[in-house]
Amino acid sequence: MIRRAPRGLAEHAPILFPALMLVVFFVIPFSLMIAVSVFRRVPGGFYEPDLVFANYERFLTAFFGGVMSFSLGLAALVAALSVGIAFPFTYRLVKLPRGAQIRWLVFLLSILSLSEVIIGFAWSTLLSRTAGITNLFVALGLMAEPQSLSPSFGALLAGLVYQAFPYTVLVLYPALARLDPYLEEAARTLGSSPLRAFFTVVVPALRNTIVATTIMVFVFALGSYLLPQLLGRPQHWTLSVLITDQAIYQSNMPFAAAMAVFLVLVSLALVGLALLAGRREETA
Amino acid sequence: MLMRTLNSLAAGLIALVLAAPILVVAGVSVNEKKSLTFPPQGFSLAWYAEVFTDPGWRGALITSLVVATLSAALAVLIAFPLAWFLWRWRAPWARAFEVLGMTPFILPPVITALGFLSFWAAVGEYGSPWTVVVSHAVFFVTLPLVTLSLGFGAVDRSYVEAAATMGADDRTVLRTVVMPLVRPYVISGFAFAFVLSLNEYIVAYMVVGFTLETLPIKIFNALRYGYTPTMAAVTVLFVSLTAVVFGLIAWFGDLPRLLGAWAKND
Repeated sequence: MIRRAPRGLAEHAPILFPALMLVVFFVIPFSLMIAVSVFRRVPGGFYEPDLVFANYERFLTAFFGGVMSFSLGLAALVAALSVGIAFPFTYRLVKLPRGAQIRWLVFLLSILSLSEVIIGFAWSTLLSRTAGITNLFVALGLMAEPQSLSPSFGALLAGLVYQAFPYTVLVLYPALARLDPYLEEAARTLGSSPLRAFFTVVVPALRNTIVATTIMVFVFALGSYLLPQLLGRPQHWTLSVLITDQAIYQSNMPFAAAMAVFLVLVSLALVGLALLAGRREETA
Repeated sequence: MLMRTLNSLAAGLIALVLAAPILVVAGVSVNEKKSLTFPPQGFSLAWYAEVFTDPGWRGALITSLVVATLSAALAVLIAFPLAWFLWRWRAPWARAFEVLGMTPFILPPVITALGFLSFWAAVGEYGSPWTVVVSHAVFFVTLPLVTLSLGFGAVDRSYVEAAATMGADDRTVLRTVVMPLVRPYVISGFAFAFVLSLNEYIVAYMVVGFTLETLPIKIFNALRYGYTPTMAAVTVLFVSLTAVVFGLIAWFGDLPRLLGAWAKND
């Protein structure tokens, strides 16, 4: 079998169906959304074709600025916490025997694929007054009586880190699994303590991976749309929640689309940066 | 020694925090009365029975299973020829379609959801039940695409050469040599897409939220009217189903390899 460029219709045929599906059901919807963002909203329901930038002008309001900076700040906090916990964790994980690694991976994958609805429900139960963790604190004599800890910023943060942690571990896993073990052994032979070897050899060697992962987790956290509604208060709503709200409940598709375009640009720019950081490591 | 104890302690703590919400929900789900208390008062599996006997919950469960099966199958049908084409031919331009397949998964999901909402509304199919199958298939095509690219990449080309030398054409090679080698990757790609479709909320909600109730939509709608132990029971069933599917992938396939850790002597 010679691997050359395909010729003629017969050799191109297999790619026709996937290409058609992706163009019709991803490229067209995506372009349509961009188009809708400059359409004019018609009171009482839908929108009509136009070329107005009124939807984008609303970005300049203090309300939007507030939501935007809250979303970005929250995503940054979640990314920092997740990578901070997940990096040392994954570092240990790849050294476990194969069977134990697989059990952890199944566990993490199961949590990662849980619906946001389920994570939100589970955390609000865990933080509720009647069934929550405060009952345990009361039993241990740490608290006088049980209380509800949700909705609150802390609850939202806990839920988001819970959701982002397995994702972070799985993004870090390949890089850490491929890290040359001799690197650390050399440091240990030369007299470094395990902790010192970790911070002076392992972390610097994977600096770009850490940067790239943090950015990916940031984008992942930016996409959370249900946890802010289930675990936070209205002032904790993020851009993703606002987009859903405008599209479904306010029937303002053009404004929702404009915000989505903005979110795409932010996300793509960040993913581009992450790829760049990741590539630097490969060539280094 | 101290270091090792600390490490195990930290790992144990992480496992506990990860499991805690699920454990509390599992506890709540066996309450005897319709109350949200933990530790549970009394013991009853009636709420699990209700998932299957109550028409609303059973309907949502069936809807979710049907949607997940069909969309995962369609996702594999889209991903397989694309991954095969990229492996079989030297066609750098076709990488563009691979990138397209990866994009919806990387972007915040609300964006894809909004794109589908505008699209189905524009073609006049907004709310048709089948639209969620197509939407999920395109949304999750990334997963079979990734597993299949790994699978084809792992096929030893000398087998293919041998088959071709003995006169097998592309079709025969695919059927007799390549297919048996990539089958585990097809199955795991399907399973990943299946589980994620089962749990997906925002795309389903924006596309068919007002006409079709998948299980996550049903749970979210029910949450507005307060908690019921049935919700907890459904959650436990879902978590178990998810864990079983990934357990099977790990059992039949090579999970560390699927997730990108190549063995040293590879």
